[in-house]
Parts: sequence; C-alpha cells; structure tokens
Amino acid sequence: MYSQGLDQPGESPAAAERDAAHEAHFLARVAAEEKIEPKDWMPEGYRRTLIRQISQHAHSEIVGMLPEGNWITRAPTLERKAILIAKVQDEGGHGAYLYGAAETLGAAREELIEQLLSGAAKYSSIFNYPTPTWADVGAIGWLVDGAAIMNQIPLCRCSYGPYARAMVRICREESFHQRQGFDIMLKLARGSGAQRRMAQGALDRWWWPSLMMFGPSDADSTHTGESVRWKIKRFTNDELRQKFVDLTVPQSEYLGLEVPDPELAWDEASGHYRFGSIDWREFHEVLRGNGPCNRERLAARRAAHDEGRWVREAAAAHAAKARA
Amino acid sequence: MSDVRWPLWEVFVRSRSGLEHRHVGSLHATDARMAVEHARDLYTRREEGVSLWVVRSSEITASDPAEADALFAPARDKVYRHPSFYDIPPEVKTL
Repeated sequence: MYSQGLDQPGESPAAAERDAAHEAHFLARVAAEEKIEPKDWMPEGYRRTLIRQISQHAHSEIVGMLPEGNWITRAPTLERKAILIAKVQDEGGHGAYLYGAAETLGAAREELIEQLLSGAAKYSSIFNYPTPTWADVGAIGWLVDGAAIMNQIPLCRCSYGPYARAMVRICREESFHQRQGFDIMLKLARGSGAQRRMAQGALDRWWWPSLMMFGPSDADSTHTGESVRWKIKRFTNDELRQKFVDLTVPQSEYLGLEVPDPELAWDEASGHYRFGSIDWREFHEVLRGNGPCNRERLAARRAAHDEGRWVREAAAAHAAKARA
Repeated sequence: MSDVRWPLWEVFVRSRSGLEHRHVGSLHATDARMAVEHARDLYTRREEGVSLWVVRSSEITASDPAEADALFAPARDKVYRHPSFYDIPPEVKTL
C-alpha cells in the first residue's frame, strides 16, 4: 500500500539518485509548510521518528489512565467522579487517535501495544509517579496536562497531516483536563488547613517531574535538530519548559501555594523566571524503568491486556460466525 | 503473545444536518455494528455529530500521490472553466 517502501536507499546508483531527488522535493514541501500525507514519499528516518514519537505518545495516554483511574472509586463527590471518568475516557480516546495516526505510517497497532507491554517502548516518565492523595489528581490535571498542552499545541502544526489532525482534537479536549485539575487545587487551596497542606504536598511531588516531562535539556537532546528541520517539532525542550514555568508560577501564586524551588526567581531583564537545576539522574532512572511505579504500571497494563483477551477473541469469533 | 487482529475502519462524521460527512480518523472493530459503536465513543463524546459512516479501510481505493501530476494535469490548462477568465465590461451589471 505504501509505495515508498519500494524506494529503499542503497539499492543501486539510479535508486540513490531517485531518493535524493525525492528527498529534496520532500524537504521543499516541508519548508513551504505543506503537510505530508500517508502515501506521500518520505525519508525512512522521518517515518521512523514519527512512528517512535506518535506511539510513545499513545502509550503515554494509555498508561496515563492508571494513576487517575486509581481515584475513580474514591473521588470525593459524584460530580468529581463523573468528571474523572470522562477525563480518563478521553485519555483512552487520545491513545486510540494516536495509534491510528501511527498506523497510517505502516505500523500495526498490535505490534505497538506489544512493544509497550514487553517494556521495549518508552512512555512519558511522569506516569511512573504515585497518586497518594486526592490533591495529586488535581495536580496531574493542572501541571501534567498543562505541560502536555504546552508540548502538544505546536504539534497541531506538525508537518505530518494525520498526527497534526489528531493533535488538534486532543488539544481541544485536553483544555478541560487542565481546568478541572486547577479547579480541584483551587477548592483545596481555599479549604481547611489540612486541605491546603494536601494541595501543597501534591505540588511538591509533581512540580519537578512535570518539568522533566519536556525531556532532556537541549544540549543533551539527540533528536531535536532533525525533528525541527522536518517540522515535527517547532520548539526545543528548553523553550517549552521555560514557557511552562512562566505561565504556571503565577497560577501557583494565585492558589497561595509555594513552588518547591528555592532558586525560583523572576528575572526582570529576560522577562522569564529563572529556576533551579533539574535532577536528570532521577529522570534517566525513571526512563530506565526504575521510577516509583514503573513495574506497577506495566503490570497493570499487562493484566488488563491479558484479562481482556477472551473478549477480543470472542468478538472476532462472533463476527466470523455472523459472516459465515 | 500473538493476538487476534481486528480489521481497520475509516470513520466519517456528519457534524449537523445540512453538512457532508467528513473523514475524522480510523478505529478497529470486528464488524460494522461495533465500528459504529466505537466511532460513537471515540469521535462524538462531545456531540460532534448527528450521523456516522464507517467503511472498511481495505475497501477504499485511493489515487497514487506519485501519479498526482499526471492524474490532475488535464484540468491545468482549462482556465476558461473559471468565471474570472472572462473580461466583462464594467457597465454590464449582475453577470
């Protein structure tokens, strides 16, 4: 179905020449802000980068259902429970949109899911942290979804059409996630002393992991250069992280909560907040699978996948029988 | 850990009556009925539609982008199909 599969590099001098011409045409289209669609010619590196990025993103949405799903049965009111169910359902939907976008590049959903379950694929480090209190659900919506939006809005203009279109839908829905989280934090911040302490505790736990969500600093990021040239990425990790800090600190002041960073200070000259250095060792440990909840999250995903197998098989058998 | 694979469907949503169905994305389902139900859950959680179409992806025949130039070339030299091709004297109204 994907004709560019015929154009493997290095087949012959003629093929190499054809590839170079294709690549020049591709880069010109990208530079002119044209969208690349599934059956268009694209460099293999572009395809691989997109499959990796989109599937990691999809995995993050799917694993992201777990820390909040824990709280569905314990949400403090029926309304909060309904909201949380809707949010978690959205995350599942986002995962499905994204797997769909990855499939347009020739990846099979089952293989991508298999990579997640076997531990071969990565997902966002943030979902390997625990949610010990209700305030953590608020902090996830406010900070984690806030950081996600910051990352995702530029992706709506990504050069790959199906990914950009999925991101438009996701961003539209994600805004509700952030607001409901801030709303939880606001209620707690205006509540009793114990509730304020609970909110502060959640901010203390989620602040630094949220900053890590933007990925390694630009100096250490291996993929940034190429992704920017291909217009998959529009801003660097550090640019987006700075933007997030600048927008979030005033919100935390409004809540009357303290950002857990003694070095945080407004810098009049640059018009930005300066902030302390990130513990990259922790980030890499979590990515390597040694965060507080990595094993628990993957075990929960595997159990859900295994326990659902009979349903998938039964539905397929039923459809086969109906066709016969 | 090989798994049973469900076929891929393309989903089209009519956002309100008077508008055409528009492609919104794809999903996996075992049959047409499940595809409609999944499309409802996946693409219309916020009342985005009043009608859904689902089509097996394998049933769609697409033109080849590599052949697009040749395929669409016949229209390229027929500018007279556009009203702007014709110079109408300014005195002539409502034409």
